[in-house]
Amino acid sequence: MEALLASAIGMLAACGVFLLLRARTFPVILGLTMLSYAVNLFLFVSGRLVFNAPPLLRNYERYADPLPQALVLTAIVIGFGMTAYLIMLSLRALSESGDDHVDAKEKS
Amino acid sequence: MDTGFLLILIMATAFGASPVPLLLQRMGRSSSALSAASVMAICLALLIPLISPVMEGMTIVASYPWLPDWGLALAFRLDGLSLLFCLLIFGIGLLVTLYAYYYLPETDTLGRFYTLLLLFMAAMLGVVLSENLLMMVMFWEITSLSSFLLIGYNHHQYESRLAARIALAVTGGGGLALFAGVLLLGHIAGSFELSTLLGEGDRIRNHGLYAPMLILILLGVFTKSAQFPFHFWLPQAMAAPTPVSSYLHSATMVKAGVFLLARLYPVLADSDLWFWLVSGTGAVTLVYAAYLAFYRYDFKGLLAYSTISHLGLITLLLGLNTKLSVVAAVFHIINHAIFKASLFMAAGIVDHECGTRDMRRVNGLFKFMPITATLAIVAAGSMAGVPLLNGFLSKEMFFAETVGHPFFEEISWLLPAFATVAGMLAVAYSARFIHDVFFNGDPVDLPRQPHEPPRWMRAPVEVLVLLCLLVGIFPQWSVAPLLNVAASAVLQDVLPEYQLAVWHGFSAPFVMSLVAMAGGIVLYAMRRYLYAIYDHLPSVHTAIVFERFHNVLAAFAARVTNIMDNLSLQRYLSLFIAFALIYGGWAWFFAPATLLSTQTQPADLTGLGALTTLLLSTLGVVLLHRKQRLTAIVFTGVAGLVVALTFIRFSAPDLALTQLAVEVVTIVLMLLALYYLPQTSPREDSVPRLMRDATLAIAAGAGLGAVTFAMLASPFETISGFYLDQSISGGGGANVVNVILVDFRGFDTLGEITVLAMVGLAAHALLDRLVLAKPVSDANGYRWADEKHPLLLEMLMRPLLPLALAVSLFIFLRGHNLPGGGFVAGLITGVALILQYLGVGINFAQARVPQRLPVLLATGLACAFGIGVASWIFGYPYLTTTHSHVHLPLIGDIELASALVFDLGVYIVVVCVVLMVLAGLGRLSESSSLATGGEN
Repeated sequence: MEALLASAIGMLAACGVFLLLRARTFPVILGLTMLSYAVNLFLFVSGRLVFNAPPLLRNYERYADPLPQALVLTAIVIGFGMTAYLIMLSLRALSESGDDHVDAKEKS
Repeated sequence: MDTGFLLILIMATAFGASPVPLLLQRMGRSSSALSAASVMAICLALLIPLISPVMEGMTIVASYPWLPDWGLALAFRLDGLSLLFCLLIFGIGLLVTLYAYYYLPETDTLGRFYTLLLLFMAAMLGVVLSENLLMMVMFWEITSLSSFLLIGYNHHQYESRLAARIALAVTGGGGLALFAGVLLLGHIAGSFELSTLLGEGDRIRNHGLYAPMLILILLGVFTKSAQFPFHFWLPQAMAAPTPVSSYLHSATMVKAGVFLLARLYPVLADSDLWFWLVSGTGAVTLVYAAYLAFYRYDFKGLLAYSTISHLGLITLLLGLNTKLSVVAAVFHIINHAIFKASLFMAAGIVDHECGTRDMRRVNGLFKFMPITATLAIVAAGSMAGVPLLNGFLSKEMFFAETVGHPFFEEISWLLPAFATVAGMLAVAYSARFIHDVFFNGDPVDLPRQPHEPPRWMRAPVEVLVLLCLLVGIFPQWSVAPLLNVAASAVLQDVLPEYQLAVWHGFSAPFVMSLVAMAGGIVLYAMRRYLYAIYDHLPSVHTAIVFERFHNVLAAFAARVTNIMDNLSLQRYLSLFIAFALIYGGWAWFFAPATLLSTQTQPADLTGLGALTTLLLSTLGVVLLHRKQRLTAIVFTGVAGLVVALTFIRFSAPDLALTQLAVEVVTIVLMLLALYYLPQTSPREDSVPRLMRDATLAIAAGAGLGAVTFAMLASPFETISGFYLDQSISGGGGANVVNVILVDFRGFDTLGEITVLAMVGLAAHALLDRLVLAKPVSDANGYRWADEKHPLLLEMLMRPLLPLALAVSLFIFLRGHNLPGGGFVAGLITGVALILQYLGVGINFAQARVPQRLPVLLATGLACAFGIGVASWIFGYPYLTTTHSHVHLPLIGDIELASALVFDLGVYIVVVCVVLMVLAGLGRLSESSSLATGGEN
């Protein structure tokens, strides 16, 4: 199971990095999303893989580690903020330069 | 009053009052000048009560701890040496203030000039009064900076700016070396306080790091005091107005270097290395600069080189390692400051009256300005070492020290002969200055008709020349007490016996003086032949060399920067990722092999299925992002859903909920953006670039995967026990994740929603008045539907809103005990409202959504901040929570914690941000439909 998780994270990261290196804004947005999936999962599994033991206090014997979960929860929301900001930026850049290249120069 | 406190007060006044002339310049140039003089006079007045204890041999130290862990203290020290320098700084400062008022053009309001001058004065006071060496280095750098600003005072002239830059590069660079040296010294001695350091000389000299430390400190000293080979900045600095040259570049700032040599004399001196470095550099500078001074045509340049030469003399004396030579050095510091400041001022008068400084044109001025000429002749006589003037006395002491110096027993004639040659050169250039400027025929083609300057412009020169005579004729009566305390403060020891007298009998030094006089006059008489030879020698213009070196360096830096960052995001990111990989790989390769110790859990079919789905969706995104952007978004959504499922599978219901909600919002956002963005990407990546990116991507993926596996397979001990134990009793909630967010780590969450709020505001700003062309058809050429809101969707959406709001309320309230909470509830509300926009239309929705979202956003933040502040009122730390049970019908028993209010703040912020982003984008479709051009 650990190996599966590790390869899933690796795949997401590879996909994210490749897209981040593209020249147009749209794939960069997708790449950032993919990379944040990978990073969020990575942070999450640092609490190890625990089945059927959510950190909701009942009379369970063991619970999943709540700390990484709390971290990742905010990370997801912040990740959304990042993506949203990037999208706004790319639209503004498109309007200023008439081009969706990541290095687009301002229209003169 | 406490004597130490006065020192602090002097420093505070000097720095604090430095902007006053600038503020008063509207009231005329005399108010600027008067205020500057008053500041100096006040500081001097504050110093006066301290003079008599110091003259009795006391050392006044005022020390207040500042950063004790780093050895930094706000500590000042006044002893004989610092008193001598303080008197020079104030005395010459006041004279220069008066002089500058007449020297600078009438059109100059003087505010900037006097403020810079006061700033310099404050920094220089800091250098000489610092007890803590770290603080001294800081003041040292401020003197370099203010000198830079003053040299470049006429900043419309290229040569002023160049000279200022050269001076800053040399002295500032030396200051950095000094800083390193002082840090080393502090490391060796374990303290930066002079009081401690001065007693540790033996231990420091025997330390292994003594040599590098000494060299670094000397670099600072030699650059500041313009010693060979760093001397070239000082003649350039003559581009400054003459009052500045007189004050900074002859009397005080350039003396900071030799001041430091004297200050640290008991700590650093008395070693062979010190002797060779200090006296060697001083000797070379002494003769070389005197030789160059003789050949100047510009009389201010002549004075500049002569200053360098005299600084070399002081350095040489300090390097000789005998007690009497230290006394001579201190004496010469005083004498040089007096005669050179007056010479510069006299030169400034001549320049001011004639409009040129070229000695081929400025001749025979004696008949036009006899008084100024007499003053200048006396001062120049002192510079040459003519008897009955102060320069003669210290030069005589210098000659006496060279005779029979213990270091050269075998060749005892060498040092005296060298000194005599230096003396000859000094006489020669002094003779040249006097003869060329004031005699030697008539002026040639002067821009102005020279005459005597205004009465008060000459007064400072008169005062200084009077001092030259006073010290020169009655040394025992005038200067001896100050010299005694200053020199014993340098040596930190009793002074040897010495006699300050004009006539010592027909001794060796006197013979050397006579030889120097005669030789110098002969040299000057032979000047035509010497100039002819000099003109045939190759000459080096250090300023040009410096500028060329500077340009090469700047070009090199630009090239390196260009390789790293050529304004291409792709280049920049790929370098960044490559470096991260190299560092990560490095750590991985050299890490101890203690990983892979625990057992792993078996894989199951579900996991395999999820992985396959993920593989397909990532491949899909990578392959389709260019031609089929819409499908790529769908695949991204699939990957996000797999991530959400992973969260559920591994016991994180909260994360799954959040991920799902975020997924919906993100996808909607991407679809809206895609509508405006181009529908395809052109084929523009070359194969090598694709290969490079693929390699980086695969390496990054493999690296992160490997790290993940290594982490998962290593033993683990949670640090969350505290949260699990305290969640119910301390936070009043069973959902530990939520309790951590709103209670235990509430402050972090506060930071995070603040960031989120910033995103919302940034989106608001970016979308403001954004105009984008509205495409007519999609990537496949199909026209977009005209029908804006399908009826079915509209009918479905309207009743959905209250339902969705009810769900989000439910999720919000139960969040403390069950999966849910402010983040999730906010996202659900946001989605529900967005659905209204999509399904029913913007006009319908806008009527039902708060219009002033930024205000609401601020309310949400204030809510979260405020509940934290509320706990202060009850005397608890920020963000302390309280809770109690409440039973609500249908929902059941809930813990009503004050954290709920905090969560409400989170909720409001999330809703607002989602709306600001999405609704802002939605509104775009309305506004840009007006500006439609259609891009196809």
